[in-house]
Amino acid sequence: MDKKIGLYICTGCSIGESINLEKSVNIAKNALKVPVIKSHFALCGKEGVELINNDIRNEGVNTIVIAACSPRVKYEEFDFPGSLVERVSLRELAVWTQEPKSEEAQLAAEDYVKMGVIKAQKGDIPEPYLMETVKTILVIGGGITGMTGALQAARAGYQVVLVEKEDRLGGFINKLYKKVPAATGEHKEPLIVDTDIDITIKEVENNPNIKVYKSAKVEKTEGQPGAFDVTITSNGNSEVVKIGSIILAAGWRPYDANKLEHLGYGKSKDVVTNIEFEEIARKGGITRPSDGKKAKRVAFIQCAGQRDPNHLPYCSAMCCTTSLKQAKYVRQDPDATAMILYKDIRTPGNLEYYYKAAQNDPGVMLTKGDVTGVSEAGNGNLYVEMENSLLGDKVKLEADLVVLATGIVPATVDDPVLNLKYRQGPGLPDLELYDGFADSNFICFQYETRRTGIYAAGCVRQPMSISEAQEDATGAALKAIQSAEHVAKGIAVHPRAWDVTWPDPFMQRCTSCKRCTEECPFGAIDEDEKGTPFFKPGRCRRCATCMGACPERIVSFKDYHVDMIGAMMKNVSVPEDDDKPRIIVLACENDAYPAIDTAALKHMKIDPAVRFIQLRCLGSTNLVWIADALSRGVDGMLLLGCKFGENYQCHFAKGSELADYRLGKVQETLGRLQLEAERVGLVQVAIDEYDKIPDIIQTFVERVKEIGPNPFKGF
Amino acid sequence: MSEQSNKQSNRILVIGGGFSGLTTAVDAAETGAEVILIEKNPYLGGRVAQLNKYFPKLCPPICGLELNFKRLKTNPLISFYTMAEVQNISGGPGDYTVTVKITPRYVNDNCVACNACSEVCPSERPDEYNFGMNTTKAAYLPFNQAFPQKYVIDSAHCKGDCGKACQDACKYSAIDLGMKQETIALKAGSVVVATGWNPYDANKIDTLSFGKVKNVITNMMMERLASPTGPTGGKIVRPSDGKAVENIVFVQCAGSRDENHLQFCSYICCLASLKQTTYIREQNTESKAHIFYIDIRTPGKYEKFYWKVKDDPNVTFTKGKVAKITQAEGSDDVIVEAEDMQTGNKVKVRADMVVLATGMQPAGAAGKITGINYTEDGFALSNQGICAAGCSRNPMDVARSGQDATSAVLKAMNTGQGR
Repeated sequence: MDKKIGLYICTGCSIGESINLEKSVNIAKNALKVPVIKSHFALCGKEGVELINNDIRNEGVNTIVIAACSPRVKYEEFDFPGSLVERVSLRELAVWTQEPKSEEAQLAAEDYVKMGVIKAQKGDIPEPYLMETVKTILVIGGGITGMTGALQAARAGYQVVLVEKEDRLGGFINKLYKKVPAATGEHKEPLIVDTDIDITIKEVENNPNIKVYKSAKVEKTEGQPGAFDVTITSNGNSEVVKIGSIILAAGWRPYDANKLEHLGYGKSKDVVTNIEFEEIARKGGITRPSDGKKAKRVAFIQCAGQRDPNHLPYCSAMCCTTSLKQAKYVRQDPDATAMILYKDIRTPGNLEYYYKAAQNDPGVMLTKGDVTGVSEAGNGNLYVEMENSLLGDKVKLEADLVVLATGIVPATVDDPVLNLKYRQGPGLPDLELYDGFADSNFICFQYETRRTGIYAAGCVRQPMSISEAQEDATGAALKAIQSAEHVAKGIAVHPRAWDVTWPDPFMQRCTSCKRCTEECPFGAIDEDEKGTPFFKPGRCRRCATCMGACPERIVSFKDYHVDMIGAMMKNVSVPEDDDKPRIIVLACENDAYPAIDTAALKHMKIDPAVRFIQLRCLGSTNLVWIADALSRGVDGMLLLGCKFGENYQCHFAKGSELADYRLGKVQETLGRLQLEAERVGLVQVAIDEYDKIPDIIQTFVERVKEIGPNPFKGF
Repeated sequence: MSEQSNKQSNRILVIGGGFSGLTTAVDAAETGAEVILIEKNPYLGGRVAQLNKYFPKLCPPICGLELNFKRLKTNPLISFYTMAEVQNISGGPGDYTVTVKITPRYVNDNCVACNACSEVCPSERPDEYNFGMNTTKAAYLPFNQAFPQKYVIDSAHCKGDCGKACQDACKYSAIDLGMKQETIALKAGSVVVATGWNPYDANKIDTLSFGKVKNVITNMMMERLASPTGPTGGKIVRPSDGKAVENIVFVQCAGSRDENHLQFCSYICCLASLKQTTYIREQNTESKAHIFYIDIRTPGKYEKFYWKVKDDPNVTFTKGKVAKITQAEGSDDVIVEAEDMQTGNKVKVRADMVVLATGMQPAGAAGKITGINYTEDGFALSNQGICAAGCSRNPMDVARSGQDATSAVLKAMNTGQGR
């Protein structure tokens, strides 16, 4: 790109009063050769913006550096499509957080203007990565979740391929006698309705946009979003289909009740699971498996093998409602009674009405207690033994049929299902964090898995009811469509859903050390037979972790690369005075930078020793920056980023954790320079911890001061 | 279909800029739909922006909000109105007309958030964002991470006798005291109702003495107390005398699952109280919490969050509905009386402060928009091209509010385009 840079300095928001901008202007003009330099007292106003637009129209300016306020504000005003725009946060970083008219503020302003211009000089407007793509959506699983997702996507005009492992669609609902109506808060009668699963199955099979494979499984998934090659095997035949994005709706299986011997399962025929009870009900009438007699006193034991560290540590969310429904089955015989023995009745939201309506039936009894065991009553019936119950401390309830409300185990516990031919493995990583469920670690972004273009829905993702699964499927279908549309245009998806840059490795210098393939949080890089990394831009989230990991620095993005940040750092002033340290702070754009911005909005003062540089993610930190900065006299380097660990906040899953791990290796680098490893550190900061920013900075500055000035100063 | 009507049918109007509305807006725009977002507050983020942390990760809401704001900022397909309320919806799928009333902010886009107007403003107003637990000037920024980062002038509390001090103080001509209320008509192919909820009015729950006994607060007030952007900068102290809270009682199902108040369950209040015990336990290791509940509802993976709090020896759980709350004799302390359902014994606990876990009442109960159907409780019902999402349709947690909103996008797109 043939650049003509225009530097526009705003003197409003006290910038003009606090800083002598002439010096910055001179540096920009003489040292950096910026051809157009102007200032205005309110650059974001109509006049200021017109000033810039005029230069774009008439002076050929195509690269705009705005030295004013934070990039997080005035985004509409400073939007110049077709031009490269860099924002320099003079107001926040050199004015609001510094002593006005001080020498330090002055120096900070000059450094930030310099860095901004250099960033603009080194960056380029990206062209999206375009490849041949399809927008066909693969749905793995033909239960209610898969079918709903398929239908919604098909309705929106997309081609869908649906793969079901059984010989018929419908999943577990095929086993149900009736279902609970969707919770709208108006439950009067009836409390049980037909599942209508056959209607849904017909809809799917008759839909021209949906191709169904039954008795089929996904043998392997290769390629990348927009261009997945999925091998579907069915009855010995294999077919490869081209897929744009994937919905994983592989569902669940019941928890193995054989592990619940203490509750009588396996010992007595008349102890059944909730799913087996449905099958009994479907046959007509509630009968005992042992002798076929009608069951008149049915006991439901809730949380069977769940909410229990020895079995499933989670709650399956739907069993309370299911048992209430099943109590209704029992009550279809007016002489029969149902007893529900619970720890807590979990009918949240509008399902509370369902609970109320069920409670109104005098033939349904509910009591809280700890069920300790199930034993023979001697007369062909069973005793359910309870402690700490509302009926008394130790009680024995007689029942002629016992139903164990067992839980949901997601399909991904048994099987990777996706069978990804990815270097990092066949399934979604880190599922132990979610007890095997294909879930997201982000409360705010429920569909984000660590494999781009793949979205999970239904009980494979979280335990949920039928109507919840239908909603979940619809959401996943939207994300699948969104992903297919984005990759077709070369646009990234969450979290950088606006980004059209892509990693462009200079493979000639690659040494196949494979750090990028191992570290990429999204498995975006595979290896060929020789072990050479193979970038798949469709899988990439643009965090630039690969850029940070690469010791040869071969990875770059058009507007973000090692040399760019390195050059910015090289031009930061290093005071010769031993008492004045210079510390560079790398702050991730998601949590750390906004926290700094907020501290600035509150006019909190920050130690003038530091210079902030915004990164996409701490994972993109390349150790060469540390080596280069410290070897020219910078006294210390602090990385500020999102929390990592089990409850990670890092929007790229592993970025800040990898940076932390990489810093462990910096000792080697610093050792060669005979510098102390303590000059470099990483602090995890949450976006709402803005109050702590000044102290965090202060503490680090003190730590570096204690080590002493960098002996490379003044070299 | 003509290009114009094609464009319109591809346009989604989202009512409500809280977590659900915001998620619908960004997910829809990223899938190619044009979006208009209508929000009644001067800021986006709704109730979620008033939370300190979410369960179970105990992460700050502004983190997800910040990312959604960034997605919104960078997407030219989204336009939004703040201080705006939908009055009326007419028409049908593919062709809805939505009337919106816009209340003047008196501050225009020139605002740079320099605080000059606030500094000279002589009038004060109760800070709604903090449920009236503190005041702000009549010229104010809703909170320091508010988006859009624009000040507001609360005309109801602007005494107007300062000689327009704010206008004079503003160097950027950002204050326009002559702004008028406007009513506009917008056209869209489909509508997503994401109007959210209001905390149930605790004053209505006689037995729990909110407003009558000192130091009885609601769960949302507790969120504000614990939050760094709250009235006490995050220190959990009691309203009457600022004493640091050491003994705290949580009353679950306060005005919920109750014939006389909200009959439904608000889903999140068990989890919210558990979360709030972690706030106070972190601030003071000597603190003690007592939770009175009917059922502890921590479904799915939230069960482990329950265990985490249960394992804390300083947290006591009693199954039993609270019958009475009174002020202790000659003290600002509070006495809570309940029956322990498992032992049958009466329990009396003395606390520094009591938190009523009140429920989420859907916005539809406070005011209905013509053209939308509601249940008796005020939950919005989906109807053809009008799709209800989030807490406007069923009480849900933040996770589900987001997921529900994403689901609403596809439903809106499909119905809006007559599919």
